[in-house]
Amino acid sequence: MDVNAIKSQFPIFSNKVNGKQLVYLDSSNSAQKPIGVLKTLDHFYKNEFSNTGRSIHSLAVNATNKFEDTRASVKHFINAESKDEIIFTKNATEAINLVATTFGQQNINKGDEILITELEHHSNYVPWHYLRERKGAIIKFLPINDDGDIILEKLKELITTKTKIIAITHLSNVTGTIVPVKEVIEIAKKKKIPVLIDGCQSAPHIKIDVRDLDCDFYAISCHKVYGPTGVGVLYAKRKWLEQLPPFIGGGGMINEVEKDRITYAPIPEKYEAGTMPTAEVVAFNESIKFMNSIGFDNLIKHEKEITNYALDKLKTINSVSIVGNPKNKAGVISFTIKGIHPHDISTIVDEEGVAIRAGHHCCQILHKRLNLSATARASFGIYNTKEDIDILCSAIEKCRKVFELK
Amino acid sequence: MDLKELYQDIILEHGKNPRNFGKCDKHTHQAKGHNPLCGDQVEIFLKLNNENKVEDLTFKGSGCAISMASTSIMTELVKGKSIEISKKIISSFINMIKNADEIKLNELNEDQKIKIMSLSGVKQYPMRVKCATLAWHTLTSAMDGEKSDVNTEVGDQ
Repeated sequence: MDVNAIKSQFPIFSNKVNGKQLVYLDSSNSAQKPIGVLKTLDHFYKNEFSNTGRSIHSLAVNATNKFEDTRASVKHFINAESKDEIIFTKNATEAINLVATTFGQQNINKGDEILITELEHHSNYVPWHYLRERKGAIIKFLPINDDGDIILEKLKELITTKTKIIAITHLSNVTGTIVPVKEVIEIAKKKKIPVLIDGCQSAPHIKIDVRDLDCDFYAISCHKVYGPTGVGVLYAKRKWLEQLPPFIGGGGMINEVEKDRITYAPIPEKYEAGTMPTAEVVAFNESIKFMNSIGFDNLIKHEKEITNYALDKLKTINSVSIVGNPKNKAGVISFTIKGIHPHDISTIVDEEGVAIRAGHHCCQILHKRLNLSATARASFGIYNTKEDIDILCSAIEKCRKVFELK
Repeated sequence: MDLKELYQDIILEHGKNPRNFGKCDKHTHQAKGHNPLCGDQVEIFLKLNNENKVEDLTFKGSGCAISMASTSIMTELVKGKSIEISKKIISSFINMIKNADEIKLNELNEDQKIKIMSLSGVKQYPMRVKCATLAWHTLTSAMDGEKSDVNTEVGDQ
């Protein structure tokens, strides 16, 4: 795999940041976009734009077909059984809120339990907290160990007859832990408990197979998979989409509307109210094509190489500590430097053109568990090179110099 | 942008060795401040005497060099001042950080002005302004006896 050839497909890297070559290490936050995605957005708006599904003129038919083409591509991308099981949302957060709201409305009552983990991003905690507030549900946390791995043995202890759903991340955005979700699902299935997987971080890094996993729900954030912002995907098994009540009400999600009753559209439209981000969904198809053109085997191999190179190199710098040491780790490295707050690290490395994230990364529960108030995070994408890591490390040396660390 | 202007020696020194750190005895007022975006937290302990003068002012918390230094310098400058003058210092500081105005306070001596102006580099880094101002807003909250915590994302901070 020629990384430089891949990198050249991303126009942003021809720009300078603070007069320096951009070293983008914030892909867990949002990934940069390849030229194919950008060209499609531009072309669609300039030449093909129309709303989908409503009008019958040629532009609308074309737009609808292209929109549905992306749905079919997503189906293949995650190996869903049917494209009806692919719902487009505003983002992955909305996808999880969709499930929490509709599933909660139908299946959660006072005293019922929702099981999540200490690794979760706020987007896979807050929507469930609403059910605690509104319905008197109980949220239980599957604990992690100091390495950042979930303690799977505790799962059986935490599951009770009151457990109604398990919601768990596939890949931690802080420790990079690849969670053994298949094992979690196997345990849950024996107790007939549905499982939602937050796949925000995993989708760009791991080959997803929802049928092999046998999960009930899977949420994806398209902008992290080299796609446009404004699009998320919810995969849900057909039975759930047919059984659960609708989420947002409005145009496009109805069947018949009368003064005294309303019937809803079949899936997937039932969950796609109002005008959708048409151009962005159409352009997301290019992201999937881009991913497929590289192939997950190559992608995983490359990211593993970069991650190991970065870990080895960071460990040699005095006073740098890596957060967590999970059994299986993807390209996300959070770290601290003794004597320098992550915000100061971020400001100083930014002067060198290095974009990292600093803070709690929307994981306050996890940071408290690890006794950290904030961390710095370097997260990798397909375009990152060993040279990027070298520049990061020399920028960290600059932090140490500014702060006069020995 | 110049990093040296942001991370001046005074700031690095106060960041490493913050003055008046800890909980003071018999404080009469206290307030908490929080920046939910980064997790910075500060707790202010204020002891006012009968004449409404700041007899003691300390803080606890964690944060970046900018927030720790800013809080440390604040406690030094405000200690011993009346409430009225303290509030003048606070508003001049916030004005300086946000609007780049010089500090023109007769109540501060030259040495104190140098200290407070060492934080002026922050204004070139808009994302860091809240790091510098959190403690100052929290001190105002303590003086006014506000019940709710200061949150950098709520209201005009």
